[in-house]
Amino acid sequence: MRHTISVLVENKFGVLSRISGLFSGRGYNIESLSVGETTDPQISIMTIVTTGDDWVIEQITKQLNKLIDIIKVTDMTELDHVEREMVLVKVAPKQENKAEVLNLTEIFRGRIVDSSQKTYTIEITGDEKKIAAFVELMRPMGIKEFVRTGKVAITREGVKKK
Amino acid sequence: MHTKISGAEILIESLKKEGVKYIFGYPGGVVLNIFDVLYADKDLRLILTRHEQGAVHAADGYARASGKVGVALVTSGPGATNTVTGIATASMDSIPLVVFSGQVPTLLIGNDAFQEADIVGITRPCTKYNFLVKDVNDLSRTVKEAFYIASSGRPGPVLIDLPKDVTAGKAEFTWPEIDMRSYKPTYEGNRWMITQAAHLMAKSKKPVIIAGGGVIISGASKELKELAEYTDIPVTMTLMGLGGFPGSHKLSLGMLGMHGTYYANKAVQDSDLIIAIGMRFDDRVTGKVDAFAPHAKIIHIDIDPTSIKKNVRVDVPIVGDVKRVLTVMNKVLKEEVKEQWDEVRKAWLKQIDAWQAERPLTYTYSDEVIKPQFVVERIYELTKGDAIITTEVGQNQMWTAQFYKFDKPRTLLTSGGLGTMGYGFPAAIGAQFAHPEKLVIDIAGDGSIQMNIQELATAVINKLPVKVAILNNRYLGMVRQWQELFFEERYSHTKLNETVPDFVKIAEAYGAVGLRATKPSEVEPVLKEAFRIKRTVFMDFVVDWKEKVYPMVPAGAPIDQMLFEQVEKKPEKKLKAVK
Repeated sequence: MRHTISVLVENKFGVLSRISGLFSGRGYNIESLSVGETTDPQISIMTIVTTGDDWVIEQITKQLNKLIDIIKVTDMTELDHVEREMVLVKVAPKQENKAEVLNLTEIFRGRIVDSSQKTYTIEITGDEKKIAAFVELMRPMGIKEFVRTGKVAITREGVKKK
Repeated sequence: MHTKISGAEILIESLKKEGVKYIFGYPGGVVLNIFDVLYADKDLRLILTRHEQGAVHAADGYARASGKVGVALVTSGPGATNTVTGIATASMDSIPLVVFSGQVPTLLIGNDAFQEADIVGITRPCTKYNFLVKDVNDLSRTVKEAFYIASSGRPGPVLIDLPKDVTAGKAEFTWPEIDMRSYKPTYEGNRWMITQAAHLMAKSKKPVIIAGGGVIISGASKELKELAEYTDIPVTMTLMGLGGFPGSHKLSLGMLGMHGTYYANKAVQDSDLIIAIGMRFDDRVTGKVDAFAPHAKIIHIDIDPTSIKKNVRVDVPIVGDVKRVLTVMNKVLKEEVKEQWDEVRKAWLKQIDAWQAERPLTYTYSDEVIKPQFVVERIYELTKGDAIITTEVGQNQMWTAQFYKFDKPRTLLTSGGLGTMGYGFPAAIGAQFAHPEKLVIDIAGDGSIQMNIQELATAVINKLPVKVAILNNRYLGMVRQWQELFFEERYSHTKLNETVPDFVKIAEAYGAVGLRATKPSEVEPVLKEAFRIKRTVFMDFVVDWKEKVYPMVPAGAPIDQMLFEQVEKKPEKKLKAVK
C-alpha cells in the first residue's frame, strides 16, 4: 500500500543522503520525496511517498526514527490529512485542440503560466487523482514536457460543532 | 580565560575529558598536527598499529573488553578507507567507537586532492553517525556529541572527519553541555508490556530465553540469571550473547542457530514462548524464518525498536534497556505474578535433558592427529574459563563458541554480525590494553591470522603477552566444509596447503615466541608453555584438516533440521563437552 510519510529533520548537510541511503540500502522504494525549510530555518520537512505492506512501512518509520538527525516521523496515511502536488505540463496542441486545452485547464482550476506560438505551459495543483486525470486528458493533446514536485502533506485539524 | 589553543590541542583536551587513555592509530600527512600534540603528551597514549584496520579492531577489542568507548585515529584517504571494515564490524555488533580521520583542508574538499576520500559519505551506512568538522569552534562539542552517540542507546561507531585546517586553527577550549533534540534513546520499558510478558512467562509450559549481545552491552547478566533461576526457564545464547549467562549453568543450553546445540535448537522450535533479550533474530539464529518456532509466542526486549518485528513476528514488544527492563520484570514476577511453575517446568527441563542425552555436543578424539575442538577444550580447562578469548571467523570461531564455556560477560570478543576474518588478533591487542593482568588468547585459523598478521609488531613492541592459538588446517576451513557438503568436494580456492607460512618463524622474525604442536600429546605442553611465558606467543596447532563444525543447519533450513558428524567406526574414546 502507498504511504505518505512526513519527516521533520535537522537542517544539516548530508541529511538527505542519510535518508536516501537508508531507503536504497534496505531496498525500500521512494516514489517521491520533497524537501523544504520549515518556519524554523534549522528544521526541514520532508514528505516521502513510499509503498510496502504493513511490516515494511513499520520498519521504514522505525528506521527513519532511528536516524540521529530525524526529529519526528509521521505516517500521514494513518491520519486525516491534505495532500497536494504541483505539476507543470508543457503541451503543444494542434490548432483545433487549443480551445480544448484552455477549457480543460479552466475545469481543473489550472493556470497557464507560459505560452508560445506552439505551446502552453500549464500549472496544476491537486491530489493524486486530479493530477492523474488531467495528465490523461492532456496526453492526446501532445505533452512535450512534464515535471512534478512530489507530494506535500499536512494534517487536518478537526472542526468542533457548536 | 581567553587563551586560544589549536584544534589539535582541543581534540586531545576533549579526549581527556572523555576519560580516554589509549588511542589506536596510524599517522599521515593531514593528522600531523594531532600527532605532534601527542608527541609531548604524558597522559594519552597513542598505540601505533601496523595497519589502520588493525587500529580500529584494537579499539573495538578494547571497547568490548572494557565496556568503554574505543578510540582510533587515522589519516585521510587510504588511512580512512582502511578503517571501513573495522567500523562496519563494530556497527554490526553495536560496539561504541569514535574514529577520527584526517581530511584534506576544507578549501580542497571535493577537489580530488592528494589522499582525499569522502569518508563521511563512505561510512554513512556503517556508522551510527558521522561528522565533518568545518569550524574549529565546533570541535569540542562534536567530540562530546560523538562519545554520547557512540555509547548511548544501542551503541555503535561514530566517525569524525577532521580537515587539516581545523586541527591547525585556533579557538578557546570549551566543554559545552549537549542536548540533542533529535536523539533520545528509550531506556525504560513499557510497564504494561512488561507485566503482560511476566504473565505469559508464568503461564508458559515450554518457555525458553534467547539471550543476545544486548545482555552484555547493558550489563544485565545478574538480572538475567535472577530471571532464569527464579522462573526455571532455560537459556540459550546467540554468538554475541555468550558469556551473558554462565555457559556452565545447569539452565544453559549453549549457543543456538546454524552451529548451535541440538538441544538448544530443539527447545526453541518446540517452545510455546520465547523470551528474546537483546538479540535481533539474525538469519544464523532463525534458519528458515517461516519455520522458526512455529508454536511460540514471542516476547522481544531490545533497545532498538527497528530490531523488533524486523525478521520475526512479535507478540509482546518491549523497547528499552535490557538491564532496566529485566529489573522491573523480576520485580513484577516476584511481587505481582507469584505463580507456581515448578511442576510444569520439570517436564520441560526433562524433555530438554532427553534431547541433550540424544545428541550431546561431541567430537571424535584421536591419538594420532590433533582435533581442533580438543585444542579449544584444553584451553578452556587450562584457563578454567578465566581468560579473554577473541576469535577470527570461520571454524575457529564456531568451535570456540561450542567448546569453550563462557561464564562471564566480556570474555568472548568475536565478529558476530559482519564476520570479519582478521578481527581476533588486533582485538586481542586492544583487550590486553584494557586488562593488562588478564590472559588474552586469540583462537585463530591459518587463513584468518594472515589477514592482520602485521600486528605482531604492535604486540611485541608493547610487550603484550597476547597468545594466538592457530588451528592450522591448511584450508579456509569453513568454506571448505561447505564445498565438501554442498559442492561435491570441489575445493575451489580454499586449499592453502604449501603456501601456509611457518608461523613459528614468523613469530620469531617479529621478536615473538613461536611454538608448534603436531601431535595431540603436544597440545597441553605447548599451551602450558605459552601461558607461562610473559610475551607474545604464536602457537601453531597442526590440526586435522578434515574436521568439520557440527551440528550444522544448512542455510535456509529450519534450525531443527541439523546435520551431525557421521561416525564411521566405533571411536576409541568419545569426549563429551559439558553442556
